This record gives sequence, C-alpha cells and structure tokens, in this order.
Amino acid sequence: MSIDQSKIRNFCIIAHIDHGKSTLADRIIEHTGTLTSREMQAQVLDNMDLERERGITIKSQAVRIIYKAKDGEEYIFNLIDTPGHVDFNYEVSRSLAACDGAILVVDAAQGVEAQTLANVYLALDHDLDVMPVINKIDLPSAMPDEVAQEIEDVIGIEAMDAPRISAKTGLNIEDVLEQIVNKIPSPTGDADAPLKALIFDALYDSYKGVIVFCRIKEGTVKVGDKIKMMATGASSEVTEVGYFGAGQFISCDELSAGMVGYICASIKNVRDTQVGDTVTNANKPCTEALPGYKKVNPMVYCGIYPADSAKYPDLRDALEKLQINDASLHFEPETSLALGFGFRCGFLGLLHLEIIQERLEREFDLDLVTTAPSVIYRVHKMDGEMIELTNPSNLPDPTEIEYMEEPIVSAEIMVTKDYVGSIMTLCQERRGVYISMEYLDANRALLKYDLPLNEIIYDFFDALKSRSRGYASFDYELKGYERSELVKLDILINREQMDALSFIVFRDNAYERGRRMCERLKEEIPRHLFEIPIQAAVGGKIIARETVKAMRKDVLAKCYGGDISRKRKLLEKQKEGKKRMRQVGNVEIPQEAFMSVLKLDED
Amino acid sequence: MVIFMKKSMQLYIHIPFCVKKCAYCDFLSFAADEKIQDAYIAALQKELDFYGSKYSDRYISTIFIGGGTPSWLNEGSMASIMDCVYRNFEVATDAEITIECNPGTVSDAKFIVYKEIGINRLSIGLQSANDEELKILGRIHTFEQFLRTYDKARHHGFYNINVDLMSALPGQSPEGFISSLKKVVRLKPEHISAYSLIIEEGTPFYDKYQKDVKLREAGCKTTMLPTEEEEYQTTKWTQELLQEKGYHWYEISNFAKPGKECRHNIGYWKRADYLGVGLGAASLIDNVRYANTRDIYAYIDCPEKATLQERMYGWNAVESREVLSRDAQMEEFMFLGLRMIDGFHREEFEKSFGVAIEGVYGTELKRLQQEELLLQKEGRIRLTEKGIDVSNYALSQFLLS
Repeated sequence: MSIDQSKIRNFCIIAHIDHGKSTLADRIIEHTGTLTSREMQAQVLDNMDLERERGITIKSQAVRIIYKAKDGEEYIFNLIDTPGHVDFNYEVSRSLAACDGAILVVDAAQGVEAQTLANVYLALDHDLDVMPVINKIDLPSAMPDEVAQEIEDVIGIEAMDAPRISAKTGLNIEDVLEQIVNKIPSPTGDADAPLKALIFDALYDSYKGVIVFCRIKEGTVKVGDKIKMMATGASSEVTEVGYFGAGQFISCDELSAGMVGYICASIKNVRDTQVGDTVTNANKPCTEALPGYKKVNPMVYCGIYPADSAKYPDLRDALEKLQINDASLHFEPETSLALGFGFRCGFLGLLHLEIIQERLEREFDLDLVTTAPSVIYRVHKMDGEMIELTNPSNLPDPTEIEYMEEPIVSAEIMVTKDYVGSIMTLCQERRGVYISMEYLDANRALLKYDLPLNEIIYDFFDALKSRSRGYASFDYELKGYERSELVKLDILINREQMDALSFIVFRDNAYERGRRMCERLKEEIPRHLFEIPIQAAVGGKIIARETVKAMRKDVLAKCYGGDISRKRKLLEKQKEGKKRMRQVGNVEIPQEAFMSVLKLDED
Repeated sequence: MVIFMKKSMQLYIHIPFCVKKCAYCDFLSFAADEKIQDAYIAALQKELDFYGSKYSDRYISTIFIGGGTPSWLNEGSMASIMDCVYRNFEVATDAEITIECNPGTVSDAKFIVYKEIGINRLSIGLQSANDEELKILGRIHTFEQFLRTYDKARHHGFYNINVDLMSALPGQSPEGFISSLKKVVRLKPEHISAYSLIIEEGTPFYDKYQKDVKLREAGCKTTMLPTEEEEYQTTKWTQELLQEKGYHWYEISNFAKPGKECRHNIGYWKRADYLGVGLGAASLIDNVRYANTRDIYAYIDCPEKATLQERMYGWNAVESREVLSRDAQMEEFMFLGLRMIDGFHREEFEKSFGVAIEGVYGTELKRLQQEELLLQKEGRIRLTEKGIDVSNYALSQFLLS
C-alpha cells in the first residue's frame, strides 16, 4: 500500500513556555477522533509522569492523525510535539528536522516572548514554513489583533489570517486543521531511491530493543530489510516498522519517503543508535548521510553518585539508556573520597540536570547523591597547557596556574517596566555587565547583559521570577570565555577536606560564600557525640568556621501504659535518618548536604 | 498430688477521662459526661469478664490504673471496676496495686474506698511545685492543693506514693526545677518520677513551641524552652540530689527508696506479660502485642457487636495484633532492658534467645563501648551515664532491620 505524498503533512508546534502548545496538540488529536474522549487524558503527548507533573514537555513526542478536510480528501498529519524550555533547544532542533512546517502558538494576552522568537528562528533555520496561531482568545485580557500585528512587526511573518483559537475550549480548532492542509507543504523525496532516514529520537524497550523514531527522507523501509546506521556502522534486520498512534505504536507494512514512523531491528546495544544519525539500507546504501544535528555541548557538570555504592553498575546502565535519546547528556566515571564511585555528568542547563536526576530516580528507581553543579572553566597553566575543568577538585595547584577563564553568556531578559530596577540590581549582584536596554512597547523592556555562567546556573531563574513576580523571561547563549579571578573554595568537615563539596568561586565572593556554606552545612549535619568543626578554606587558609556542637542529651519520653509502639517508632526514625547519611571518616553527612552550595542564596 | 503452677500476668486498666486536657498532653484522654463514663465502665467490665475466663490459668502480680485521671471517677465506679477484677482474676496477695491521682480530684471518701478495694500505691501527678508553671501547663491544681492531697493520702495509710515531676518546662531554669524537686523530697515520697517535657505533635504546646524544639534539636539558643545544655544540667543535678537523699536510681527517669521500685513498670522494661484493658490499652502476652481501639464509641459499642469469629484474637476491641518476630523480641529486649540502670545480665539474653549476645549485637556493643556509652561488667550490660544522656541514639543502635 503506498501513500500519496501530497496527502501527508509533517509538522510540529512551537511556542513560548506556557502558551498552550501541548493543549493545542491534545485538541487536534481529540478533534480528529484519533482518540475517543474517554481515552483522552489531559495532554496526551506528555506521557512521561514528570512532564505531566511539571506541565512541561521534555521529550519530543510524535503522533499520526487522519484528518478529513473540507475538500473531501483524507490527510495524514504527523504531529511532533516539542519542548519549550531554553535548556531543551537541542530537542526542539531534533523535532524540527523531521518536519516540513511548524505551527507557531502565540498567547493572545502575552504576545511575542523571548522563546517565541528563539523557536521561530530555529524553525526558519531548518527551512520550515511557519504558520502562526493565536491562542487563549477566551481570556479577558486577550488582544488577538494587536498580537497578530506584533507577530508581523517583530517576527516578520504573515499573521492577519492566523486562526484565533482557544485550545482550552476547542474554539476554532477546525481553522487550524484547514490551514495545516493549505499552508504546510507536503513532503518531497523519492520512494524508490536508496533509503535515507533521519533518527530524531529513540527509545529502549526491553522486548523490542532500541526503537528508532525516524523521518524517511528518501526511499522505503520494510520488515526484512537489512539496515545500517551510517555513523556507527551497526547493521541489523528490520523486525517491525510502524507509525505513532496516540500513546501507542501501530505497526504497518512499510514506511516510504515523506513518512514519520519507527523502526525496530533487534538492536540490543544502545550505543549503536545515535539520534541525528542516518539510517540506510545495508544492501543498497545512499551515498551520503543527512546533515544530522548541530552537536550541542554540555554547559553544566555535576557529580552523580549512587547512594548505595553497590548500585554503581545500575547507575551506569541507566545513564546509557537515557543517553540513547538524549545525546546532550554526557557522562564519564569519576571517584570521590567522600562519595566513592560515580559519574561526572554534563548537561545543557540546570533544568536538564534536574530532569535527568529525577528520571534516574523514578524510572530506574535509583537513590542518588548529586554534587553541586559547575560550569567548565579553562585553566591556563604556567607550562602553556590548557585544561578544561569540569570538576573543581581537579584544579591544579595554584602555583601551576597562570590564569583562569570562565564562560560568559549573553543574556536577554524581557521584563515589564515596573521590575526593570530590581532585575538590574540582580544582574549587578551576579557580576553582570550591562550592554543595553530597549523598550519594546510602553510596558516592556528588553535588557541585555553579559553574565558569568556560573552565576546563573544555580538559582538565577528563581531569583528572576521572585524579583519580577513572574513577569520576566530569560534567554541566554554562550558568548565565550573571559579571564577571571577565580579561586577554589574547599570545605573541611572535622578537619578532613571533602572533595565533593569544593567549588570554584569569584575571588571577591569567596569569603561571603565560604561563610554561608559553613552556616548551611551546620544546619544540615546532625549533631554527633563529639564536636564537629566545619571550615571553609582557600588555598589552605581558613576563611570561615562553624561548629556542630556535641549532642548532650537525647532521652525518650515517658512510656505510657506499656504502649511501646511509639517508642519503637521514635527509635526507628532516628535510625532511618542515618540511612540517608554518608559516612565520611567518623562523621555522618546527609546526602542533601552535597547540594548545599545551591541553597546559599536562599532566605 | 499435682502441683498446679499458674503463670503471672500484670494488669493495666485505662481510664481515659480528665476534668480538662493539659496543654502538653498527648495521651489518650479527654473530658466526658457521666453517661459516657458509665457506658465505658460497663464496657470495661465486659472486657474484664472476657479475659478473666480466657486467662484463668494466670494470676495477677501487679495492677496499674492509669489515665487520664482515674481518681476523677467516683469511688463507687472505681469499686465496681475492682470488684470485677477480683471476681474474674486471681490477684496475688502481695500484688502491687497502683492508681494515678491528680491533686484536687481525691476526697477522704475516695481514699477510704481505695484502701478497701486493695489499692496500695498512689501515683500523684504533681509535675511542678511552682504555681506559675502549673498554670502554663494547664494543670487544674496548685501546689497547695497537692500538699493537701498528699497529707490526706498519708493520713489514710498510703505508704507507697510516687510523685510525678516534669522538667524542661517553658521558662524553667535548672535551678527552678531543682527547687520544685527539693520541695517534694522534703515530703519523703517513696518514689519520684522525673521526666523531661517532650513537646508532642497535636498538642497546644506543639503549636506554641515547635520553633524552639527545632532550635534545641540543632543545639541552638531557644526563646522559651530550656536549651539542651540546661536540660543536661537539670538531669545531672536531679540524679545527684536524689541519690544523695537515699533514692535508688533504677530506671532512666525513675527513683525509689530501696524496695519501693515500681514493680509494674519494671515489668514493662523486662517484657513481663501484661494485659491492658480499656480504651487504647496495650498488651503483651506470649510475645504477641495487642492494642485496643482508640475510638471511645467503638469501644463502648463493641460488646454488643461481638461475634465469636471476631473474637478470634481476644476481645473484639482489639484493633491491632502483632506477633513479634524473634528479631523484634531481641530489639525490644535491648532497648527496653537498657532503660534499667542496672541493665541486664548477658545470660538473660542467652536464656531468652538461645544465642550469645555477641552473636547478634557484637558490633553494636563494641562500638557503643568505644563511644563510652555502654559498659560490660561481671556479665552485666548497661548504659553508662553518658549513654543514658543520649539514650535515643544508643538504644536505636539495637534495631536490626
């Protein structure tokens, strides 16, 4: 059965976070009857538990929809959902490569936001046709006409006939569907040419092996074909091909040029499959691979250790499995005196880090200890060698260092005018260098700052939100490296240095950070039978000290009427507390303490 | 001739009623009208009837009537409860029979009846000899009222009296507590219990002082509650003073004139069999722990609803039943036994479990000895003074799972 290419539309939905992208996807699926409403659970595309809880889309998801248009023809829509957060630009880029067009959702009350622009530029980079949709017109503060005008002015794409909809209530969804048919181009590509398919995602299934999600650019693939991954060279026989129902895989006979679907080929080794790689037919290969994706490099590193050291192999397996569809996740083994065997992991940003951490804990049932995140510093040594430092405890002796550089980002912050002052103060506090400010309209300003990345990886988003009451949006890109006066701050607990607690800090902030770190650790470390000094040191010199006092008295209450169950519970609680601890020397340190540096700016 | 030896068992009777609940109290107690009280006593008697026939192979070695405020019940009710006990159980002639009394709730008439029904030990809840502190605690009496109750008790021939005192009260200094203690010592009661106030969740005190509790746990300065350092001082002074005055320090918080140690409570620490009757009461019989329902209406209604099947495990007010595993028995043996100042003899452990204690707790014993929290001497194992100070930590080491 061959499918008429002119009846296929491959598209994605892009939007600023919270402008209603996933809701629109749900509505399209519902409207076309792909799922009955009973099967419909809010936001079907966000099928990771984590995504639903946080209301964000992390992994791209795809679904095939049949739509009977007003011209009487049936069309196949392949809808690919994309994440909205800045950390996941990489994922967005992957989804876009599988599409021919994009629906741009803009909130009728908020208008164009930082991520709206960023995503549009990404889409245009991939030569996609962008079709605007104005959402949330049911809101009292909606200004659809003004927003349409803004889209034309700011982005420069035709928006006057953009559908004005409410994805929440389902209003005017039909308009969107019709415009998809009329405005999104159908795919091209020769079904008889040698196979050329782009892997845009992958998933590991314990029965089927790796499931490859791909867009067929040229040629055809069917069960029994021998396929080859062009980058890794791995080859195997296709056992199943199919497309994406909502939340399920539906097998079919073949996939041909223009189609979006999945391939299973009993690939057991997760390392054989790389997202962005090209799949071809081993017996009739294409001449050259598709361009793939721009390689993205991690910006933030941290150490991840199993709480139970026996789980080290499990952690490695889990990281490998996550990596098959998240090539931006980097990891390599490392050891720590305090924490034993673990991995130094690289992430796109702090949200990415948190997501991975939570996925490891939930999907793989691992209990983890995570160390404070660090950026990559460039250490220029006296002997001319340059080291890219991802783990603070590997910093060479200060006498060997000529100078150090830290990554600087260009940041754009959009904020309503009432909060300009407080946001500028925040940027100053974080060693920001003011570049410019322009008013986008009477109410909104765009601030540009250069900021050291290590000042924004911890809690900058939170600070930004709280100081602008949620009215600021933030976007950044790496600008480059700049020379900076940096020192390593070491923490000594009971006079023993804790490698996992060391971090790099701007020299002038060392004293303040050291002091707060000691205070914070004093709160985290429970009292022992002996006194525990906590010290912060720079280059062997102690700059701050706190003491965890010895425990003097801790006695149970009256035991009443022989009811010992409460006594037992109290003792159990006491003992249970110890399980979340790491024994270092003769001191027990709670796992949370290793993240203390993240909380230095709280309260 | 067949010599038939009955096994012993202790009996606890819970009276959950109070004139008014104190601000720190999280025991199962409340104010209730006479109708509920009567219904409760009727239910209690049915429970006693049931167990009387179930445990006809046992004799009662001690009885403890606790609450609540058992002395608030009128003397007729108390007499009917005890009559029911004697009717159903064989009570040893030398049984220690205690009732808890609160100052201001006992009359001459009640003491006369208590004597008549065999009660031979009183436990008086004084808590503090300072009227200001009594007010803060939400107690219904003054120190003066306590003195009158105490005199009355002596007058009626009670020569085994315990006085409960509580330290670590809001605003109380170590000196403040010791002055209360001295006033009590002058009266020469046979037994003194000196507990620290624990701020329990769900009490008015918790809402008021939970911040201070957190500060104290972190070893920091507090606003109202004594600091840990002050509490430490208080307990040290208490232990010194009472031992100097001839009291035997026999359990972490309990002191007695020699021979007047509370046999009933020692039974709890040594895991003697005991039957608890009444609302929420707990029992330990043949290594099974039972607990009754804590719902007063369920307890009162329960006899009518009883079916034989529901009674499989005992009276059908039983809400939970746990057969103690060998591990659980060993854990209890340790964390209860070590509350006794003299601890226990290693042979007792071996006799109970058929293994040497080192086979189970070798590493824990060694570590605690290194930390100077535990001592082994002539086969006896006990906590050191330092171990008693931090007994939560020390005792939690003996949990096996």
